[in-house]
Amino acid sequence: MASITLNQVSKTYPNGQVAARDLTLEIADGELLVLLGPSGSGKSTVLRLIAGLETPTSGKILIDGRDVTHVPPQHRDLAMVFQSYALYPHKSVRENLAFGLRVRRVDAARVDERVRATAAALGIEALLDRKPAQLSGGQRQRVALGRAIVREPKAFLLDEPLSNLDPILRVGTRAELALLHRRLAATMVYVTHDQEEAMTLGTRVAVMRDGIVEQVAPALEVFRRPANVFVAGFVGSPAMNLWPCTCHRSGDGLRVVSPALSIEPEGVDVAVPDGGHIRVGVRPHDIDLVPSGEGDGVGRVEVVELLGPATVIHLRVDGLPHEFVRVVVPADARIEVDDRASFRVRRDRLHMFDGMTGQRLAEHPT
Amino acid sequence: MRSRGWPLVTGLLVAAILFPLYWAVVASFTPESRLFAAPSLVPRALVLDHYRALFGGRDFWTPIRNSLIVAGATTAVSVFLGAVCAYALARLRFRGRAPMLAFVLAVSMFPQISIVSPLYLLLRELRLLNTYAGLVLPYLTFAMPLTIWLLVGFFRQLPPDLEEAGQMDGAGRLRTLWEIILPLSGPGLATTAILTFLYSWNEFLFALSFTLGPERYTVPVAITLFRGQYQVPWGQILAAAVVATVPVAAIVLVAQRRITAGLTSGAVKG
Repeated sequence: MASITLNQVSKTYPNGQVAARDLTLEIADGELLVLLGPSGSGKSTVLRLIAGLETPTSGKILIDGRDVTHVPPQHRDLAMVFQSYALYPHKSVRENLAFGLRVRRVDAARVDERVRATAAALGIEALLDRKPAQLSGGQRQRVALGRAIVREPKAFLLDEPLSNLDPILRVGTRAELALLHRRLAATMVYVTHDQEEAMTLGTRVAVMRDGIVEQVAPALEVFRRPANVFVAGFVGSPAMNLWPCTCHRSGDGLRVVSPALSIEPEGVDVAVPDGGHIRVGVRPHDIDLVPSGEGDGVGRVEVVELLGPATVIHLRVDGLPHEFVRVVVPADARIEVDDRASFRVRRDRLHMFDGMTGQRLAEHPT
Repeated sequence: MRSRGWPLVTGLLVAAILFPLYWAVVASFTPESRLFAAPSLVPRALVLDHYRALFGGRDFWTPIRNSLIVAGATTAVSVFLGAVCAYALARLRFRGRAPMLAFVLAVSMFPQISIVSPLYLLLRELRLLNTYAGLVLPYLTFAMPLTIWLLVGFFRQLPPDLEEAGQMDGAGRLRTLWEIILPLSGPGLATTAILTFLYSWNEFLFALSFTLGPERYTVPVAITLFRGQYQVPWGQILAAAVVATVPVAAIVLVAQRRITAGLTSGAVKG
């Protein structure tokens, strides 16, 4: 297993599209790093750069401290699981698994042993003589995974490996991947646009946008302390409420005011002068519905989404004409479209970002 | 109206295309004396005279063998080399790729007649006149551009993921081409091979110019030289034409089975 380092890596495609800008990432030996971002954020490009399928325009890529920037993929000893699986359609499952070993001139007995062991570990022994066309989506996914595992590579690169599976299978396979990672203690780089996958799998999560890493942190940290407005809005479901606010200072106290509401944060202060513009974020879970008269604001319920364990309601609030206030309420809450609801924001759960840069403001306890 | 009209149009077209073939086959079995006497759509007497004369009197086997060797060798060499070239042009990123493709196409656009004389001199210097190589090499000048263009188009349609998977598995470019791309390219290779074979089988000008005697004549040359000073043996010519068509038709029919869609199914999702 190996560590992977990207040192100020940039990638500009010949058509001028910039897929990675001055990226620096350290992936520790045995770590599962998730690259999370919307489509077009450059996360797949980063994976392909590590794989060697793309060459960076500038910067360096190191595997175990060795500069591999210009080493072709076949000499990097990494394994990749493709979103499309990319199984060799003319080869049986057995040959698909064995190919990488045969190419490396592993002797036949050892190849056979490795293929068997891998197939057993993934529960695909019965499929060894089938062709990919005769497999279901889930089975193909396993074979693709097997093809990566069988070689015992330095690291695994996974490009949205679960996105073609149906939801039930996806959750099951996700858990298996987590187990696999623990068992192999393997270095893995995992690309996904699904934040749930990122949160559940990743030792660390790198959130990407427009070829830039916006935040690299342990999964929970990304959720609890998003580094900027983009991460705040992208990670977490339903998405965080983000309101432009103005700071009002009177004496020691800080009050954030927007057309929709006016509240005093509890326990923290930020270095913003009176009249400064900030963006305040509140997760839908951190807003409660309260009896009328006790809330920070009132809104009309426009959408009610029953998720099962909880319900998400979208409130239309005066002063916020272009967006809803999203609130998560218990599943048994009796609430319907067109009801009027008072809501109250938990004072100690505010996220505050600079109004101009969108960066998280340094908080200091009061 | 539409649905009733189309079958009729199609039928007429097919009849128009098939009629000369039918006529040639029928005529090749008709006695020479009757050929111009009383033409009729339905043959009255079928004889094997022309075929007997073809293989007994004229030794038509030699031109058939020559043609098979020349067309076969041209096809084999151009498909093999063409596949390697086409793969590079389809997949590798290098400077001058587009001009190179255009150049390949331009080469095939020289009028044949304009290069016959220089090629003749060249082949004479190389002592390749009246040899199989002396035909295969010039044939490659038009066969290679054809195969390269056809295969470039075909390779580009294959999902690049497969090659990348091959590379990630540790295979170099050539190994990937050999073990992954070519096995999946059956239909493309078959189409290319058929077309190349057809062109080479029917080629006339080079074959006429670069062969010097009956021992190296190819089928089209041999048929042309059937005509004597005073008479044209139409029956034998038509019989020869039928004979010349059979192997090609057979090859196309056999190869057609390889040209089935869905060879890559199961490779990527779906």
